[in-house]
Amino acid sequence: MGSNSLHVLKGIDFSVEEGELVAIMGSSGSGKSTLLNILGMLDELDEGTYDLDGVPIKDLNETKAANYRNKFLGFVFQSFNLINYKSAMENVALPLYYQRVGRKERQEKALKYLEQVGLKEWAGHLPSELSGGQKQRVAIARALAAEPKVLLADEPTGALDSKTSYEVMDLIQKINDAGNTILIVTHEPDIADMCKRIVHLKDGVILEDKKVNQVRAAQYV
Amino acid sequence: MFSRDNWKEIFETIQKNKLRTFLTGFSVALGIFIFVTLFGMGNGLNNTFMKFFGSDATNIFRIYPSQTTLPYGGYKAKRRIEFYNEDVEEIVKEFGPLIQYISPRISRGASVSYKNKSDNYGTEGVGPSMQFAEKTIMMKGRYLNANDIRDRTKFAVIGRMVEKDIFEGTDALGEYIDISGSAFKVIGVFQDDGGDNEERTIFIPYTTRQLIEGNNNKLDQIVLGFNQAIGYNGAMKFDKKLNAFLRNKKTINPDDPRGVRIQNVAENLKENQQVASVLKIIISGIAFAVIISGVLGISNIMVFVIKERTKEIGIRKALGATPKMITGTILLESVFITTIFGFVGLILGIVVLNFINGKSLEEDYFITNPEINSGTAIFVTILLIVCGALAAFIPARKAARIKPIVALRDE
Repeated sequence: MGSNSLHVLKGIDFSVEEGELVAIMGSSGSGKSTLLNILGMLDELDEGTYDLDGVPIKDLNETKAANYRNKFLGFVFQSFNLINYKSAMENVALPLYYQRVGRKERQEKALKYLEQVGLKEWAGHLPSELSGGQKQRVAIARALAAEPKVLLADEPTGALDSKTSYEVMDLIQKINDAGNTILIVTHEPDIADMCKRIVHLKDGVILEDKKVNQVRAAQYV
Repeated sequence: MFSRDNWKEIFETIQKNKLRTFLTGFSVALGIFIFVTLFGMGNGLNNTFMKFFGSDATNIFRIYPSQTTLPYGGYKAKRRIEFYNEDVEEIVKEFGPLIQYISPRISRGASVSYKNKSDNYGTEGVGPSMQFAEKTIMMKGRYLNANDIRDRTKFAVIGRMVEKDIFEGTDALGEYIDISGSAFKVIGVFQDDGGDNEERTIFIPYTTRQLIEGNNNKLDQIVLGFNQAIGYNGAMKFDKKLNAFLRNKKTINPDDPRGVRIQNVAENLKENQQVASVLKIIISGIAFAVIISGVLGISNIMVFVIKERTKEIGIRKALGATPKMITGTILLESVFITTIFGFVGLILGIVVLNFINGKSLEEDYFITNPEINSGTAIFVTILLIVCGALAAFIPARKAARIKPIVALRDE
């Protein structure tokens, strides 16, 4: 963990409207994960501004950042990042615990979102008892449980085979259809084609920003 | 911080990380357990020590006559000094207000028998005041009194073990025993904190002993209890004056190392207390070292535990946990574990101390009534809990402060 700084992003100017499904593409080292981490308040920006839902995100202390993350953002990671000693339902309920939602309501909501991702009957299972695709669906349910403004997915299909990837994308498209704003970092063109807009990054700048005709994942499932 | 949800979260974490919980708890319990047993043993050793030296009264002078080594006042050296009954009276006359009680003492071994049973015991020809000097406790009957001394009665006060040995459980009171050929009536049975040996003694009037030995008036020893109000310094001064008085009276060279000797228990007591306190300091030091190593053990485990949980902390932060919530949960968890296991260790230690308490321990290892006072035990347990909390708090706070992205990258 070196502390020497490195300029990764060199002038990014773009905005995302509510209800969009954006793919951020680029080769490794292009700065796409860094961009997503800044958007997710997991990392800090050195210069520039970032507004989320009309709120300027700056000078955050950890507590404030935690509250914003909890209120505005849902995360889906490439390596799932489920807590391995908690069941699927408990994992999904965790962001609600940090929102101080009551225990009963938490469980009800967690079950509701697990049902939405098709895993209701797996609620009591530990992550180690689930397949990769199931784990990612639990992670998506967890990201949805807090009812965030934006869903941020960092290579959500990176650790999955193509069939499972399409299943996960199908789920993400359905969630987007329901009105949720979603940003996906990916380096797979077929995954990017399933979004509504593709932003190409290269060496820290935007190379291309275009709307595309969405390919529905359902046809491959 | 104390909501039901929070506890639920903690119990879940504990339940699902049994090995980790056990390791932390074990080091806490072991630390407390070792401390309690060690400290208890130390106290036991101290108790034995105090029992050896503390069973008799502490305000006592024992005055012995012996052979002179220097010629003085026209007498040759190697003269045998003897005490007589009138010496006691003169000491009282001279030092009256300084004296609480005084008793002559004539010690003789004797064969004692009752019916078919007989055994050898020490007999002590004494006055009534000897009861105070020896801290003799009457179980039944009475001690010797002034009338017994005056009338030279053939009465005997026997120890509990004497009654047990030769009366074999039957009541000795009022029975006649044979002491070296003379019949004595048992008028009392006593017990003594000094142990079995002191309870194998028979007290008879010193005048009776003198009568048996040819109606003389010689004494072996004079036991004197000084007035405790005069204090340690007063006792030392009294010791010197009494010594000078007796040397003058018996015409003994003041520089003669022998002739007359006053054993001053006050002086012994001071030395004994010093030894006992040094013993205590050593034991406390060892016990303290054990606690320190226990605390270090806990800290070590805590650092490891939190290192292991860095990724989990990152996930929790990404889901919206504030640093405060994270440190709070980890802190509460560690305090909970140390408290539970601390008291387990405490109780185990106390159980072991009670279990090993016994005669063989006392006789073979000089440990009497190993114990720990509840104040010390609870203080140490709380100390360990506080240290455990601190040991968890510092790395937890550090972990809660790192950026979630760094924590998430941790594999």
